[in-house]
Amino acid sequence: MSDLLTVRDLRLSTPDKVLVQDLSFSIAAGERFGLIGESGSGKSLTSLAVTGLLAPGLRAEGSVELAGTQVIGAPERRLVGLRGNAVATVFQEPLTALDPLMPLGRQIAGPVRRRLKREGAETSGAAVRAEVMALLEQVRMPDPARLIGAYPHEVSGGQRQRVAIAMALACRPRLLIADEPTTALDVTTQAEIVRLITSLVDELGIALLFISHDLAVVGQVAERVMVMRHGRAVESGPALQVLTQPQDDYTRNLVAAARRFDAALEGQG
Amino acid sequence: MSLMTVENVGFSYGTGRKVLEDISFSVPKGANVGLVGESGSGKSTLLRLLLGLDSPQSGRILFDGAPLQARDRAYMRGYRKRVQAVFQDPYSSLNPAHRIRRIVTEPLRSLKVPGDHLAMAREAITSVGLTEDTLERFPHQFSGGQRQRIAIARAIVARPELVLADEAVSALDLSTRVRVVDLFREISERMTMIFVSHDMGVVAALCDQLIVLDRGRIVEAGETAAILRDPQHSYTKSLLASIPRMPEGA
Repeated sequence: MSDLLTVRDLRLSTPDKVLVQDLSFSIAAGERFGLIGESGSGKSLTSLAVTGLLAPGLRAEGSVELAGTQVIGAPERRLVGLRGNAVATVFQEPLTALDPLMPLGRQIAGPVRRRLKREGAETSGAAVRAEVMALLEQVRMPDPARLIGAYPHEVSGGQRQRVAIAMALACRPRLLIADEPTTALDVTTQAEIVRLITSLVDELGIALLFISHDLAVVGQVAERVMVMRHGRAVESGPALQVLTQPQDDYTRNLVAAARRFDAALEGQG
Repeated sequence: MSLMTVENVGFSYGTGRKVLEDISFSVPKGANVGLVGESGSGKSTLLRLLLGLDSPQSGRILFDGAPLQARDRAYMRGYRKRVQAVFQDPYSSLNPAHRIRRIVTEPLRSLKVPGDHLAMAREAITSVGLTEDTLERFPHQFSGGQRQRIAIARAIVARPELVLADEAVSALDLSTRVRVVDLFREISERMTMIFVSHDMGVVAALCDQLIVLDRGRIVEAGETAAILRDPQHSYTKSLLASIPRMPEGA
């Protein structure tokens, strides 16, 4: 099977600092891939490089091939076509990702309309609304008929993240990037959102790039993981193998730290 | 002997719904109590009351046997000498324009503590695992974990009896968090501590006593080990069940 995303020798730098280097990995169609890293590891920059959303001052070298298109050096026009069609992103904080002045239903309707147009389908108000309702049900939004008219501040953080996921799915992307999607959420909500993302990408056959600092969460989501530190990959492999038999010293430390809090919860603090 | 006693405390902002309702617990001298709750549980409001930043609308808070008088400036000066706090974000809690020396000695100056302030700052900064030359540098020269150590040094420099920590390790990376939790554990052996957090794993690793808050009420309280082993309330159970765990080896 050919890979949906292939990153080769990626290097990201500012004029005076190298932020990511020697980074190579690939994600197959339908695969769930986890990117683990602490702050400053370069994991979020990597995801921005994949979508071509790097800040103007950053220099990108190497190769990022997404659905057959070279992202690095591509003109914005080509990237716009790629975003949505090939890739969509869910960010950490749904409160800043959503427009505070627009009802939730209309925010989802935007990408729905663009996708229907792309597919040459009908874009009447009724067709769009039906699709928006279907998406809200797909992300298990409680009481979608009411929430369609609500503003972001009127719903909970978990519901906002469901809306952000619905917007990403509205594009029917082949790769979903989730960048710390549960970090701002309560632990009970986190569990629901993690289950939702995992089951949706499986159901729809979408590949997933799940980025998180939380090893246990990545362990629940990803089939394969890569651990980053200071802009480099330090270890990668099957999730279970990396999280139970880490080879690299840094990964070993991280795993030990995570297991210590687990042990404390079992009363072995 | 109870150092902090909270009796039937209720609180609401303006005329809104109750943020805290009928909160009662006591913190014995030397205890190390974890206050756990998710967003909207009222844990931040409760912490504000314990710091004397707000007063309860019903019930009362006793510190060392006498009511906490949040509006009495002379009382609060003495209270601040005995009760210090560490906050979540080490990037906003340290003044970026001041040298660490000035930041760490600040409580000594404002509380008019007699003695050699620089010597006390040296002792505090080395007791949190940093070197003395830290004192001559500025906050931006330190990582998040180091900044949180500096904030802890500031909290303990005036030798308080009680340290209130508000999500004090939540902003730290995992590998740093483990080490700062160890430091808090060490400090809790020397003084009483109330550790407020949403993170049950951290509290389990740190606190002997546990209070679980949900929507402004205490749903469960007791020995941490006993609650972890056998949680009674459905909320505590679902909270514990929701925490993602590391996979077991094949």
